Amino acid sequence: MISARILTLRYGRRAVLEGLDFVAKPGALTAIVGPNGSGKTTLLKALTGEVPCEGDVSVEGLDIATTPAWQLAGTRAVLPQSTPMAFPFQAIEVVRLGLGRSVSNDTSLPHQALERVGLGGYEARFYQELSGGEQQRVQLARVLCQVWTPVLEGTPRWLLLDEPVSSLDIGHQLQVMEIARDYADAGGGVIAVMHDLNLSAMFADEVALMKDGTIVVQGSPDEVLSDDNLSFAYGCTVRTRSAPVDKGWFFLPQGSSAPRL
Amino acid sequence: MAVAEQGTAVPVDRRTRARQMHGVLLVVLLAACITSLATGASGTSLWAALWAQVQGQQISLTEAVVLWEIRAPRTALAVCVGAALAVSGAVMQGLFRNPLADPGLLGVSAGAGLGALVAIVIGGALPLGLAAALGDALLPVMAFVGAWVSMTILYAIATRSGRTSVATMLLAGIALGALTGAVSGLLVFHADDLQLRELTFWSLGSLSGSSWEKVLIAGPLILVATWVTTTLAHGLNGLALGEASAHHIGIPVQRTKNIAILAVSAATGAAVAVSGGIGFVGIVVPHLLRLATGPDHHGLLINSALLGASMLLLADIVARFVVAPAELPIGIVTAVLGAPFFLWILLRRRTGVDL
Repeated sequence: MISARILTLRYGRRAVLEGLDFVAKPGALTAIVGPNGSGKTTLLKALTGEVPCEGDVSVEGLDIATTPAWQLAGTRAVLPQSTPMAFPFQAIEVVRLGLGRSVSNDTSLPHQALERVGLGGYEARFYQELSGGEQQRVQLARVLCQVWTPVLEGTPRWLLLDEPVSSLDIGHQLQVMEIARDYADAGGGVIAVMHDLNLSAMFADEVALMKDGTIVVQGSPDEVLSDDNLSFAYGCTVRTRSAPVDKGWFFLPQGSSAPRL
Repeated sequence: MAVAEQGTAVPVDRRTRARQMHGVLLVVLLAACITSLATGASGTSLWAALWAQVQGQQISLTEAVVLWEIRAPRTALAVCVGAALAVSGAVMQGLFRNPLADPGLLGVSAGAGLGALVAIVIGGALPLGLAAALGDALLPVMAFVGAWVSMTILYAIATRSGRTSVATMLLAGIALGALTGAVSGLLVFHADDLQLRELTFWSLGSLSGSSWEKVLIAGPLILVATWVTTTLAHGLNGLALGEASAHHIGIPVQRTKNIAILAVSAATGAAVAVSGGIGFVGIVVPHLLRLATGPDHHGLLINSALLGASMLLLADIVARFVVAPAELPIGIVTAVLGAPFFLWILLRRRTGVDL
């Protein structure tokens, strides 16, 4: 379980997170949604310990403020929105960085991870020559490599993904969400910051809707992604309709409430 | 078609190539050492001397002095300094996540130089009886302190929230270099005649004053610093992802940074203390090796030490050879070869493939 209690984070005087409580359970995919600047990415950074903040955050019982980096790294892996790299690394070399020091370098895990994200055969390609979406998938392979088994010795492991699909085409969006879904189904935990409400509704077990540094409502997609909640959080009219095929919903934004000049 | 072939090509493991490179570069270094011992203005032949030794004959005193008191320490010092500069460059580039970082370019050598100046000009006035306590080690120790202060300030300015801005890094380096230059100027202004003589000899930036004493001062420091940096390889690889991601994959980021800054300061400080400022080795050597075997620091750091030592030896041989029996300051040789190379790197950056 990942839990955060009374998180507060200020940049100067402005509170980015305000007394926020958040819990995510393993075996489920938790999506964090909300408008720009609502604190989604900051919440994720607080959960990874990247930004120091008031309050307690724990990952599977480990206090992230006091647990050494190597121990946290065995429990959770983090995918940033984008990862520019300094030197001409090959794709396979980037993925190998997820292995850590202890794992034998001769393992075939990096190759499997690249296959998993649909980049088999890209091993020797230079990271900087790949498109933004391909780079993002190489990084996902690195992250998968780090916590390959969703449950290790009875303890669930975690994927924390910051907008994992924002630079991907629709086919690869589905592929990446399916990887996250499978990870959760196998007993691991997934927290994903999402912009796409449709994908959130399709894949998430739990949705946390944020606005102004707090979680407005958290629960199943059915409860959270209602016309009223979305209209309130995003400040525009949103109509929720059931999808024409299969289960699920789609969301149609209809006119913003921002004043027109 | 070519693209399709590239996509399915069997991946080349550059780690293997980097390991094979250790052996090749070691042979190159040995060859460079022998060449350095065998060449010089006096015309003394290494082979004749060795042959004489084998046959049990005595070689002349002049020959013995030329070989073992002039050429041998000079060769050893070139190896130490070249290795130190190249490894410092490689570690700084890893730390700043930028292939243009270099102790000479970013004012770290200038900081070490200021430390050395302080030792020469006002060393006696330092508190705690430092001068008396350290003796001959005062100059290298002060050079190390100067390099360390520069490195720490540079990193604090150039790196914000775990990412380094190239522009800030270069500008901060230039400003830091100018500031240390100005303070150094003030010290020179206040120096007396005897100190000025010492200063001039030191700042010539050459290996011409090599002695076994200098090798003993710089050698151990450089060896230890180089060995320490090889333990940082994994951390420096992780830092290529940025500080936050490095932490997420389990790297003790703060400790890695601290050790890297200390190691670079020690190696640069020792090199500057015994040879003045020699530029461009720290940029050229790691860059060439990255082209050949990739940016993985596991092989890169050791290969940098080996190739840096060979390159500086060759530059020194050129410096001794071109205007013999006089000799060029080695800094001129490395600049003439290194500066165009540096410009070439900058030009290549435009071609899309980033460094």
